[in-house]
Amino acid sequence: MSELVVRDLQRSFGGVQAVGGVSFTLCSGDLLALIGPNGAGKSTCFNLLNGQLRPDSGSVRLDGTELVGLPPRHIWALGVGRTFQITATFASMTVAENVQMVLLSRARRLFGLWRPAAAQFREPALALLDRVGMAAQADRPCGVLAYGDVKRVELAMALASEPTVLLMDEPTAGMAPAERLALMVLTAELVRERGLAVLFTEHDMDAVFGHATRVLVLDRGRLIAEGSPDQVRADPRVQSVYLGGEA
Amino acid sequence: MSFLLVQALSGLATAATLFLVSSGLTIVFGVTRIVNFAHGSFYMVGAYAGWSLIERFGGTPAGFWGSVAAAALAMGVLGAAMEIGLLRRLYRSPELFQLLGTFGVVLVVQDLTAWAWGPEDLLGRRAPGLKGSIDILDQPFPLYDLVLIGLGPLVLGLLWLLFNRTRWGTLVRAATQDREMTSALGVDPARLFTGVLFLGCALAGLGGALQVPRESVTLQMDMAIVVEAFVVVVVGGMGSLTGAFLASLLIGQLQAFGILVFPQITLVLVFLFMAVVLVLRPHGLLGRPDEAPPTAPATVTVPLLAGRHAGTWALALLPVLAAAPLVAGDYALILLTEVVILALFAASLHLLIGLGGLVSFGHAAWFGLGAYGSALLVRHLDAPMPLALAGAPVLAGLGALVAGWFCVRRSGLYFAMLTLAFAQIVWSIVFQWYAVTGGDNGILGVWPPGWAAGKATYYWLTLALCGGALWLLYRAAFAPFGYALRAGRDSGLRAESVGIDVRRFQWMAFVLAGAAAGLAGGLYAFAKGSVFPTLLAVPQSVDALVMVLMGGIQTITGPLAGAVVFHLLESEVMSLTDWWRLVLGLIIVALVLVFPKGIVGFLSGIRSRT
Repeated sequence: MSELVVRDLQRSFGGVQAVGGVSFTLCSGDLLALIGPNGAGKSTCFNLLNGQLRPDSGSVRLDGTELVGLPPRHIWALGVGRTFQITATFASMTVAENVQMVLLSRARRLFGLWRPAAAQFREPALALLDRVGMAAQADRPCGVLAYGDVKRVELAMALASEPTVLLMDEPTAGMAPAERLALMVLTAELVRERGLAVLFTEHDMDAVFGHATRVLVLDRGRLIAEGSPDQVRADPRVQSVYLGGEA
Repeated sequence: MSFLLVQALSGLATAATLFLVSSGLTIVFGVTRIVNFAHGSFYMVGAYAGWSLIERFGGTPAGFWGSVAAAALAMGVLGAAMEIGLLRRLYRSPELFQLLGTFGVVLVVQDLTAWAWGPEDLLGRRAPGLKGSIDILDQPFPLYDLVLIGLGPLVLGLLWLLFNRTRWGTLVRAATQDREMTSALGVDPARLFTGVLFLGCALAGLGGALQVPRESVTLQMDMAIVVEAFVVVVVGGMGSLTGAFLASLLIGQLQAFGILVFPQITLVLVFLFMAVVLVLRPHGLLGRPDEAPPTAPATVTVPLLAGRHAGTWALALLPVLAAAPLVAGDYALILLTEVVILALFAASLHLLIGLGGLVSFGHAAWFGLGAYGSALLVRHLDAPMPLALAGAPVLAGLGALVAGWFCVRRSGLYFAMLTLAFAQIVWSIVFQWYAVTGGDNGILGVWPPGWAAGKATYYWLTLALCGGALWLLYRAAFAPFGYALRAGRDSGLRAESVGIDVRRFQWMAFVLAGAAAGLAGGLYAFAKGSVFPTLLAVPQSVDALVMVLMGGIQTITGPLAGAVVFHLLESEVMSLTDWWRLVLGLIIVALVLVFPKGIVGFLSGIRSRT
């Protein structure tokens, strides 16, 4: 069982508070959605959690270990994986090599100067790609993939490090509806199978209310609601600031 | 006390010139985002043109100042012409192409200037009415320098008015902050950019013409000033005028007083100052982070697939190369030996550029350090050749270890500037530390011992050592190490978030590339029998860049092909003419504009089309 405890996270940019006092807890088996209008601070929140940004104050603890102040690669090594809103893969490598890089990194074999990288961890990489439905494209360069496919490669890369906590920033953005559903189903399966703790942001409300176990609502840097999908859907504050006319 | 005051004043006079030149450089950079290597050339030609005009018309104050102004305006026109003819095509190119393209102009201008004015240094006449000196606390100080001191702040003030009180200046400032936005405002960016180049180059020309009464006009002025102007612009913050002014003042004083305390290492002081400023204040003294160069990748990211079979090809080629002494004469063998050495030199640079996306503008430092390492071991310790050769990569690698720690802290243009600065540091140490290195006399008599003295034997030795090193570099490129380096280049963000310490890999690559270049340098020293400071100078670094670019950045075999073609061009074509700089400069410009993918990239492009 893993537990990510976030307490009173704050961060401002030039006087504008992007994240103002966010607290929540993420446990194994959670598929926690973080929603909010554009500019609510979702991506900033993610960047604070994985060490890309340093919070002005607050704490993030993974099973008691303070993560604030650690560089992203150390936070990754402790078991926090992430995917990016704007996809970031190694464009000059093949799909399989992208995943192999993560496996090599996890095995601390990156400093090898002799054995070709393409021959190492290929089988496990293919297995992971198979899991996200990308095995058929394993040998294509990552730079030429369709957007939705890159998202799936990112997921395979994140899984390659066997994280206990996974942060997914808009995992289904740019995907067709059928693809979105498949990815959310897959994510939910992974949560159950591996006891993953997943935090994801999403604009697609079907994905959020159809799959999340709990929902956090962020507005102007503050959490305004937290609870089960049904509770959040019924919350009048959420309806006014976020769901608006939809409810 | 009075002596110190005069020293400070002469520092101010230096600062004024520095500011005139670097203000132009920083304005041009601010808008076009191009670091114009040819900026110093406008300074130099400005001085030559100023000299000619002043000789003819400079007898009266009006004639003198009119000549200075005319020279400045002429340089502005040339600058505008360069914008239209060259820079305009480079705005969207990787920074390597911009730096190299403008360096091509430097070479062309050098030869054209030598052709027009001759190779001799020219002494100009003094400024009428300002020939004497005045006593400041009983120390004489030239009147003309006092005028210069006043000119610095005056130009700063005029530029401030231009940028803050005129519509054109406001547009330029807008373009500095957001180029796309300016074109959305209905301003023709092309004309704006041409105007900016006119202004920037006119300032360089003004700085040059003003030097005529102070110092002799020489063909070395361009590189000397442009490297200093780089330092000023980087220290002040790229694109910041006030920053350039402040940095000019600081560096002027550093030079004026540095020469009293450490006369041997004044050049080192300046570059060390820049390195320290960059580490403490990454954007320079007054630069803002948003004025930092864009983080566009230095090279286009494409799969490094070309070259997976390079190993097989190399193995097939090796027996052919090894059999060469059976048919080749001594001259051909010497040529081949040099080609093999340069191939290793180019391949080591390719490791940084092609895999790491790190454009080093000072790679000659490690080649030269290797060469000097060997030569010094032979000269001072009487070391046998094997020991001297082993010392070459070690010394170069250690140098790269120290410099690399600084350099990999920054990427893009700043990395290029930092590597240039470190190469200049190493060069100035070698050039100025006469007792140990022999200064520009170099070190002679570094010949292989009897058993390796035959051209064929030395060729085989070179082939074995370089072949081994190339093989190691090739393996490393496809091993996890090379992949990690590419990962950092493709997406630093992603690399860090999957546990890759990008900086550490870049640092290691820097050391590895340095050591490999050092081995090439050591072998070069014994092949030539002598070493000179030119081995570590900027043109040598540019040669390596041209080899890499000629071969093609995106292929692992590119640098080898580039080394062959470049060296044959250099020794067989350029040696036929006195105007080799002109030829080389035109080749560079053509490469940058017409064949950006290099020979191997060009050939595989043809192959895949048919």
